[in-house]
Amino acid sequence: MVRATAVVPRHTQPRIPPPLTAAPPPRRIRSPFVSRLLRYAALWALAAFFLMPVYVLVVTSFKNPADVSVTRIWELPTSFSLTNFGEVWPKLASGFRNSLSLAIPASLLSSLLGCANGFVLSKIRFPFANVVFPLILFGIFVPYQAIIIPVSQTMTSVGLRGGGDPSGGLFGLMLIHIIYGLPITTLIFRNHFVGLPNTLLESARLDGAGIFRTFVDLAVPLAKPAFAVSIIWQFTSSWNDFMFGAMMTSRDSWPVTIALNNVAGGQAIPFGQAMAGALLVSLPTLVIYVLLGRFFMRGLLAGTLQD
Amino acid sequence: MTAPLHVPRHSSEAPAPRPPQRQRKPRKQRGPAWLAGLLLVSPSLILIGIFVYGFLGWNVRVSFSDWKGLSPSYDFVGFDNYTKLWHDERFRADARNLIVFTVVFVVGSLLLGFLMAMLLDKGVRGEGFFRGVYLFPMAISFIATAIVWRWLLDNGTGEDTAGLNKLFAAVGLDFLRSDWHKSDSMWAIAAVALPAGWALSGYVMALFLAGMRGVPETLRESARLDGASESQIFWHVVRPALRPVMFSALLIMVHISLKAFDLLYALDQGNLRIDTPSLYMWFTTFDGGFYDRGATIATVLLLGVALVVGPYVWYALRTERR
Repeated sequence: MVRATAVVPRHTQPRIPPPLTAAPPPRRIRSPFVSRLLRYAALWALAAFFLMPVYVLVVTSFKNPADVSVTRIWELPTSFSLTNFGEVWPKLASGFRNSLSLAIPASLLSSLLGCANGFVLSKIRFPFANVVFPLILFGIFVPYQAIIIPVSQTMTSVGLRGGGDPSGGLFGLMLIHIIYGLPITTLIFRNHFVGLPNTLLESARLDGAGIFRTFVDLAVPLAKPAFAVSIIWQFTSSWNDFMFGAMMTSRDSWPVTIALNNVAGGQAIPFGQAMAGALLVSLPTLVIYVLLGRFFMRGLLAGTLQD
Repeated sequence: MTAPLHVPRHSSEAPAPRPPQRQRKPRKQRGPAWLAGLLLVSPSLILIGIFVYGFLGWNVRVSFSDWKGLSPSYDFVGFDNYTKLWHDERFRADARNLIVFTVVFVVGSLLLGFLMAMLLDKGVRGEGFFRGVYLFPMAISFIATAIVWRWLLDNGTGEDTAGLNKLFAAVGLDFLRSDWHKSDSMWAIAAVALPAGWALSGYVMALFLAGMRGVPETLRESARLDGASESQIFWHVVRPALRPVMFSALLIMVHISLKAFDLLYALDQGNLRIDTPSLYMWFTTFDGGFYDRGATIATVLLLGVALVVGPYVWYALRTERR
């Protein structure tokens, strides 16, 4: 699914600035110790709330399957075991392969097209630009239910859906992620280019470079940070997508979310395996989040109303 | 598009007698400058035109048809499907569920997100850590989220007490015990706001935090010099500045809530207590073959989202132009 971010930004890359270090002490005289204590207590309580499912996930996954029981999910393991992972991995391995082969090209291509759009929409005066841009933007918010019947019909009739296609629907699914990713990638790049001075492009034009040249030689290299934001964003949404994957793919080409849902869906499945599976499937996006969190953050904030 | 006359847009470009350099310009100008730009964006524009707007129209057309089963039928039946949907018990229950869910989830995640932003705003030790912890659920798929929460929201009783209920019992808060989304009450779906809020309130925090940090320190400083207390500064300086952020956060959350699908699907598939129009659309179309009804539900959803988001896009663009 696309956790669509919002709209149009006045500035380039919204990000959260660091706190001001030299903030003067508040005038109000309440015991600073007590209020600090309360503040940190609240912060830690909230952190516990957000980490609680992670605790359950990790603790259960590493338990010996014999020790796994729903009523004891809060208890620390008495033994360490990788059995749950070993048993669930074969059920998810092809899903991993499918999702990777889908999400990587989808995020690259969608970003490249988005870069071109963002460049043109921000730097070239354009008739009807103020009609075209809102129309693209609205594409971010469209509920996929409202296009999924036509998508399924079209993909079936061109033979890209499910078993009829040698890739089992993966190629069609990739196209879907590219196309429906365009609005958000366009927005991300447009936000980036709006912040670059026009004089740069002006000078390239005076040097005799046409728009294509300017785009390839100047705009693409200048947009590296926006590429990071956009690729991460698109990768995460393609990886986490469920609905399009369920509609498009046949059993052998299930993306990882659908494989996971089927592993964990039945009550017959030991829930230690379900937990281990959920952990495995979350790892790629979590690793990206931990390593490249600031780009992820910018994707989130891409285009809100503030600076 | 007809080829427009080349009217120079910049006044500096067109002084009545042409400056001589203009003829020495190295690049041959074929057509207006934006034509090449249009070429560059045209693949995307065509794709979005067809796959977004063309398909939206197609879906609306299906909603006016009597298409059931695998082979498409486009016989025009007017608003029949809409009137049937209006009297459809399941759809009415779904709409009620969706309203309950939206209100609880949106209000809850806005309050929680705002609280987290307030706590972090002044700068605390380990801010990066807390921010990361509050926000990481955004990176995780709703399917994985639902799998964990399915067990946390377990409703076993007595010996079988598990999940959050077990935790409540262990710390002596037994009265908080709940059947969560499996309860018989029409509020059952409100329990889903818990995993949904877990997943998304960090996002609200990020929006608010960016907004709070965007208030220039000089403004706060001058209020301070005028003798305003910190809470007065918050109320009179920061709060008005946060209004647009509030507006975006609200609309983003409402539209996410209207579209919610994966989380509900994976949390407890087939539980009608947490059924919503987007799930109904999916099952009636792809399991039941009622394409006409599915398309009608989808059109209603689209209208709902457009009502929420349309003014937002318009407002945002207008603010930007100013």
